[in-house]
Amino acid sequence: MEQRYVIAILVDNAPGILTRVASMFNRRGFNIDSLTVSETENPKYSRITISLTGDSGIARQIIKQLNKLYNVKEVEIMDKEVSVYRELALIKLRNSPSTRQEILSAVDIFRSKIVDFSPETLCVEITGETSKIEAFISLVEPLGILEMCRTGVVAIERGSNMLNSENA
Amino acid sequence: MILTGADIVVETLIEQGVKTVFGYPGGQVINLYDALYTRSDRIEHVLTAHEQGASHAADGYARATGEVGVVIATSGPGATNLVTGIATAYLDSIPLVAITGNVPNSLIGRDSFQEVDITGVTLPITKHNFLVKNVENLADTIREAFVIAKSGRPGPVLVDIPKDVQIAKCPYQPCPVVEKKPLKLAKGDKLSRAAQMIAEAEKPYIYYGGGAVSADISHEIIRLADKIDAPIGCTMMGLSCVPVNNPRYLGMEGMHGHYASSVGQDEADLIITIGARFSDRATGNVSKYARRAQIIHIDGDSAEISKNVNTALGITCDMKDGLNRLIDLVSAKKHPAWMARIAELKKEEQEQFERVTPKDRMTPYALIMETAKHTNPDTPIVTDVGQHQMWVAQYYPFQNARTFISSGGLGTMGFGLGAAIGAAKATGKRTVLFTGDGSFGMNLNELATVSTENVPVTIVIMNNHVLGMVRQWQTLFFHKHYSNTDLHNRKTDFLKLADAFGIKGYRINDLSELSSTMEQAFAEQGPVLVECMIDQDEFVLPMLPPGGCIEDIITETEGGAQ
Repeated sequence: MEQRYVIAILVDNAPGILTRVASMFNRRGFNIDSLTVSETENPKYSRITISLTGDSGIARQIIKQLNKLYNVKEVEIMDKEVSVYRELALIKLRNSPSTRQEILSAVDIFRSKIVDFSPETLCVEITGETSKIEAFISLVEPLGILEMCRTGVVAIERGSNMLNSENA
Repeated sequence: MILTGADIVVETLIEQGVKTVFGYPGGQVINLYDALYTRSDRIEHVLTAHEQGASHAADGYARATGEVGVVIATSGPGATNLVTGIATAYLDSIPLVAITGNVPNSLIGRDSFQEVDITGVTLPITKHNFLVKNVENLADTIREAFVIAKSGRPGPVLVDIPKDVQIAKCPYQPCPVVEKKPLKLAKGDKLSRAAQMIAEAEKPYIYYGGGAVSADISHEIIRLADKIDAPIGCTMMGLSCVPVNNPRYLGMEGMHGHYASSVGQDEADLIITIGARFSDRATGNVSKYARRAQIIHIDGDSAEISKNVNTALGITCDMKDGLNRLIDLVSAKKHPAWMARIAELKKEEQEQFERVTPKDRMTPYALIMETAKHTNPDTPIVTDVGQHQMWVAQYYPFQNARTFISSGGLGTMGFGLGAAIGAAKATGKRTVLFTGDGSFGMNLNELATVSTENVPVTIVIMNNHVLGMVRQWQTLFFHKHYSNTDLHNRKTDFLKLADAFGIKGYRINDLSELSSTMEQAFAEQGPVLVECMIDQDEFVLPMLPPGGCIEDIITETEGGAQ
């Protein structure tokens, strides 16, 4: 059965590592929905968060293939029950007197905020789980989305569980 | 001591126990070749005709011994010429270290002369690769490359060294030969579960692959089979690991596998798989593969478990330790009905074989068996890729592990001559290369290396004047449209070719000349080439059509040479 998986990968913070990870996905024919990468609390390591859709066999195979990469230190499927997932989107909308009020109330209900306002456009910043962002997008889509960018999912486990076993 | 980067590379190779390297010089490795020149009493360099030949030679060296093969090439085209060799080693899990020169750090990224991003190019065909930017990291990077190449599931590693790093100096301290990283040991509960499944099975079948060769577990496989009374089949990459005269041995299964081996596997109720990866050539249609069997899969690489075929029990472990413990756990069993069925299948196979293999004219079988009269159990037998490869895989009486050297996963035509040079150099033994006129044509330039180095290799060319394997498919599946597989107009005279390279050549036109010509050829001391004329419509049988299953097996065909 297909479902969404969020995979956290701790890798050496060195040039070319992202290419190695991405190349493995490409070579094995695994599709990525979103990918984020940044330095961690320890500058020796970067953390890659990949979100993808597939069955459990594919997810297991991806974990095993990732573990074979030389620069990969830790890999984990983030358990939805005990993890916080977040994504941020910046959405530029048409600013017209007829739609402005509807946008402002959507922004209010979704606890997002207006980060830019010009006579023709306004820009909304929204943070949350992917489902919340997608709900907001579908709500404002009829009002005219001019431009949009999303960070992709980042995820962290609640409590004292940590990806980097050195920290545990 | 303070050394240049180039000196450090060669000292580190010597320190890691490398006795022979294969390669080809060029602008960005001149320094490295200078360091080899001044150490030629401590490390041998074999100059090939082409970098691809060098990469296959390093691969053949590794396959024949289990040691890490080393190949050196310059930047740009030198490096890209290694690509087929590296991919060949990657697909067959062969430990290889490829060292390439590159343009100086200051010129990287500027499309400089003979600059190529070889770490980028080889990313998906190496276990890992390195671009060394500082001379201080050089020795440790090369040592790490050896660790990676030989640990776990072996494979190729590339180290790219810009020219300024070869020139720069830094202190060097020799280190001991690096050790393999140990594999995990099998969990006791999993081995107990395997023992229980074996106890419950009535038709167990042991199925091993190339992983068994690299884990050196011939004896363990035979001991397990004897204790649980099971037949033994293998993949092509597993050939030579279990002697063919072992009564339990059925040979290779799969697309061109032995009938008894493939049918036996299909009828089994438990397949104990050891170091095999269920490639499409071995399984055919996976949805119809091993329908009656549960599968136990013992492998060194966890990613192989349930990758292509779902297994009831996967055990990732050090296979030697795992098998030894499993043998202690299982209780001895007898399966007289199952073994009788296997004997019946072997008899059917023998009858089929006799129907399709005439005795009164030249056949690949006759040629292979005549050659085998002149070889020893430890003679490295190298092949290229195609029909001749399958015939050797089916008929040659292998006795000792690591004596079958062939490109399995990548199926690299042109692999053979380079690999034979490597195997002969590694073992110091006369090596036999079986090749076809198609494969041999791809890299016959290495005759220059064979001649220069006086490599004791006997090159047996099965010349059918066609690209036989593709022709076989065209006959069976493409309405005899022989598109670009007919080589009759090539007019290559292999005896003159041999002569041009300074090598003795013989030709066998028909069966009557076989025995005496082979006698003469094997009496020669140096390299020798034997061309043997084969019918263009000789078939490799049996054949499971691509994507087919056991019911589709072709054992006899009117399209074959009659």
